[in-house]
Amino acid sequence: MPQLNAVPLSWYLILSAILFSLGVAGFLFRRNIITVFMSIELMLNAVNLSFVAFSHQLRQVDGQIFTFFVMVVAAAEAAVGLAIILTVFKNRQTLSIDEVSSLKN
Amino acid sequence: MDLILFLIFATLAVVCAVSLVVQKHPIGSALSLIGVMGSIAVLYLLLGAEFIAAVQMIVYAGAIMVLFVFVIMLLNAGTETSTGRSWPSRLLGIPLLTVFLGLLAYLLQRMAPTLGTVSFGAFNTGAREIGRSLFTNYLLPFEVTSVLVLIAILGAIVLARKEID
Repeated sequence: MPQLNAVPLSWYLILSAILFSLGVAGFLFRRNIITVFMSIELMLNAVNLSFVAFSHQLRQVDGQIFTFFVMVVAAAEAAVGLAIILTVFKNRQTLSIDEVSSLKN
Repeated sequence: MDLILFLIFATLAVVCAVSLVVQKHPIGSALSLIGVMGSIAVLYLLLGAEFIAAVQMIVYAGAIMVLFVFVIMLLNAGTETSTGRSWPSRLLGIPLLTVFLGLLAYLLQRMAPTLGTVSFGAFNTGAREIGRSLFTNYLLPFEVTSVLVLIAILGAIVLARKEID
């Protein structure tokens, strides 16, 4: 049992793995395109957590810089992705990813 | 004290993430995701990353989630309808994910003695160190990022204009 004022680094990494797995589950199981998009954000957050944990472990600031870049890319992705979702909804009148399948065959 | 705070906010993050996956209405998922991001910001503070915690709250929980909630309200998105075509994923998905997670946890526990512990105050980084690193070692990626954001803004405007016309 660890001391009360120190958390093992592996616990942070296991939490990150749990959150990532839940993000994958949401990505695979949900049928609403907005919820799928939010699951991607959850996966990005899980990866960010392990970046910051490794930054603490190595006593270097680079991991936090990577987290910063991931956040910027996620913001750009959210802006473009939500605009695409709006356009899809405008053309199809649906948010279900099963019905947006024109690239299928 | 660190351990108690970590356990509280880690539990909160996992509960909110489960809620994100099982909620049937997208607005419930969005609110759960805000809970996940808030608790992860507290965990960043425990790891000594003050600047990243602030940016997490401002950019993720503030800007991106407001955009999500706004789009959900704009589209008047209702409860999702199950098509019932995804039974293989229901049958195989949960066992496979459990195996994946168990494998990850096992590997991390195997590495645990070499990983060490995290204690609050052992390594604090504020905006000063981040800024210095951004403008020396990571200057080129930083500038490329600004171009990326500019392209994203232009793309969003073009897509939204098509909607207006």
